[in-house]
Amino acid sequence: MAKAKQIGANKKRNWFLRTWDNFVFKLEEFGKRFVDGSIGTKLSHFVFGAGNFYHKQYIKGALFLLLQVGIILFMVLCPSVNGEYYGYKALVNLALGGSKGGEFDKETGEQLPPSDDKLRLLFGLVTIAVIVIFFIIWLANIKSSYKADLDVKQGKKPTTFIEDLKELLDTRFHLLMLTPTLVAALVFTLLPTIFMICMAFTTYNDFDMTAENTTLFYWNGVNNFVYMFTGQSQLGKEISARFFPVLGWTFLWAIFATFTCYFGGIILAILINKKGLMGKKIFRTAFVLTIAIPQFISLLAVRNLFSSYGPVNTLLQNMGLISEPIGFFGLNDNDNEILAKVMVIVINMWLGIPYTMLMTSGILMNIPTDLYEAGQIDGASKTKMFWKITLPYVIFVTTPYLIGSFIGNINSFNTIFLLTGGGPTYSGYKAGGTDLLVTWLYKLTIENGEYNTGAVIGIMTFIITATITLITYTRSKAYNEEDTFQ
Amino acid sequence: MSTTAPKKKYRSQKAAKRASLAASYVVLTILSLIWIIPILWIVLTAFRNDLNESGEIIGTVTSNFFPNRPGFQNFADLFTFKMNGVEFVFLRWMGNTLLVSVVCCILSTFLILSVAYCISKLRFKMRKGFMKFSMILGLFPGFMSMIAIYYLLKSIGLSGNPDNPALSLVGLMIAYSAGAGMGFQVAKGFFDVIPNSLVESAKLDGCTNFKIFWKIILPLSKPIIIYTALMAFTGPWMDFIFAKVIIGSTNTAYWTVSVGLYSMLYSDKGNPDYFTKFAAGCVMVGIPITALFMFLQRYYVEGVTAGAVKG
Repeated sequence: MAKAKQIGANKKRNWFLRTWDNFVFKLEEFGKRFVDGSIGTKLSHFVFGAGNFYHKQYIKGALFLLLQVGIILFMVLCPSVNGEYYGYKALVNLALGGSKGGEFDKETGEQLPPSDDKLRLLFGLVTIAVIVIFFIIWLANIKSSYKADLDVKQGKKPTTFIEDLKELLDTRFHLLMLTPTLVAALVFTLLPTIFMICMAFTTYNDFDMTAENTTLFYWNGVNNFVYMFTGQSQLGKEISARFFPVLGWTFLWAIFATFTCYFGGIILAILINKKGLMGKKIFRTAFVLTIAIPQFISLLAVRNLFSSYGPVNTLLQNMGLISEPIGFFGLNDNDNEILAKVMVIVINMWLGIPYTMLMTSGILMNIPTDLYEAGQIDGASKTKMFWKITLPYVIFVTTPYLIGSFIGNINSFNTIFLLTGGGPTYSGYKAGGTDLLVTWLYKLTIENGEYNTGAVIGIMTFIITATITLITYTRSKAYNEEDTFQ
Repeated sequence: MSTTAPKKKYRSQKAAKRASLAASYVVLTILSLIWIIPILWIVLTAFRNDLNESGEIIGTVTSNFFPNRPGFQNFADLFTFKMNGVEFVFLRWMGNTLLVSVVCCILSTFLILSVAYCISKLRFKMRKGFMKFSMILGLFPGFMSMIAIYYLLKSIGLSGNPDNPALSLVGLMIAYSAGAGMGFQVAKGFFDVIPNSLVESAKLDGCTNFKIFWKIILPLSKPIIIYTALMAFTGPWMDFIFAKVIIGSTNTAYWTVSVGLYSMLYSDKGNPDYFTKFAAGCVMVGIPITALFMFLQRYYVEGVTAGAVKG
């Protein structure tokens, strides 16, 4: 009750104050649990599950204890994979950075190989995650014991293990349902993301041999971001020369790709759904084929259709429009960059318009008929009703989609990678004329092992997409609350 | 005069309507031709067995749209062919992909639906936090985490394991389905439309949340279940970057079809001469996937619309 009141009062204040208050509140609760709790609860602060044993919840207590012992053993014994350690040694390694090897092991006397730095960083992060989990379990164990204390105080029996399990199917159903996703996301999404963010602040780079120690990972502060502007070192040279051109093209691409497909799709949907038109199904099937066929097939088909000896170049030559085959997709160094850019946008329309068409068709059928009836009564013409009812309705309903597809296009990998491969190339740089930030990221990290540079690009991409989302999200929310069509 | 005027207007209106309808037919026919031509071309190429002067089949991209000598040789080659020393095991690639996609389909559908239900119909402390967390995480480019996922899988022996290369497929399944739960938005949009009163009345009757999900919500959600499953199933057939990184370029027996087909043309083992065989492979992959998609199109449209409208 008190908490609800407090949160209600907090709502008006700013986020930092609110978080601080919340923190203080949590701390007070923590203190209260220690002071008011039974012996078991007090012991729980040191030995996991002690409180549960005290309340005869043996299975739960044993589980908590097992976790505590397991994690402490993990931290002390430091299991190793491929010569890299977990546990406290991983923390030391994480702080110190990579080692060249060559020193002698104190215990075995063998010469040490150079460190495997990707694993070193990864294991350091895993160890930190384990420590965080340790604290979460610690709190959960205290809370569980305190809850049992309260139950006893109120004259109830502490819940049995079976009852706890049953609760998972009802009042705590969300725990059961979300845990698999949360665990999977923490391990395979959050941890890898943090890993790459860390990379941006290290020297780790398989490629840049000119600077000293770059193949080993050392903490490098914000130097990599400074190099972006000053152009120092190999990575600085690449980023300072190519970042803004690539960024500009990424935006241009996202804007064109989004709006051509969006309005193209709406127009196509209106054409197909025209009253009295026969063979709607046949037309629709023809367009939907490009969604149904795996993209790498359709894109590689198009790429070859337009290749030097392919049908399109031959046709144009036979018609006398061109004398030599032209490189539509900038696959050779001398190809026209602007043509390649136009082509990827056009081919992207070929892929994207059917998608919007399908979506808009569904929406067109759902427009409330009373809107049209009201229009008819007011004597509005068909064209007027289209401009004043149909189009605004469709746009209103699909605004969230529009934002989503803009972000999607900033991160659109397949179209560029499969059609142009980022070409035409700029000699000396990885980023070509049609490279987007994501394809550049791919080339830097996966093709060339320039992990720190790639990570810098990744962070910049995140900052850009996050800013756009934040701005449009808040705007469109305000927009949605206008209730125009509800 | 005054009686004929409306009639004339009516007639001209009818003519205008007809003209605009005719124009629509013309535009749509031209557009659908443009849309179909590249696909038609790849299918025709699959059946192209044109011979060069020395009587061998030409495998490269050629200038003719229609094959001069149609035949099934390219399809036959898919099963017996060695590509620059690498045994070409197309059927096996199909099998690998099918296995991965079936497992992914089950895992991802389960994860997505469970998360979407919780977020849509249950109210709990971390709900808003979870939504924000998934949104922020989704803004990082997926490639950024790919390298780390690879090393993570490698350190537990599920990728690049020399003793047991088949485990790479397990790694791939995990990599595909692990993040699936974060893509709950479309399904959530669908669940949001199911009236809350249904849930509340069931609660009054003493239903647990699990029962409500299992007995009430799921039976009502056939379209979104099919949409989610379809997306999860087709994913492994379309992706090739993740598969290439996690399975590795030397581990050819465990490639998925997309990696195999891409490598036929654009890798150190590839060759432009394999283009007709590539096309035949594309047809083999494309037909089942396209058929499945067309068959379930109704559900796809429903999912797309739900996702777009609800965001």
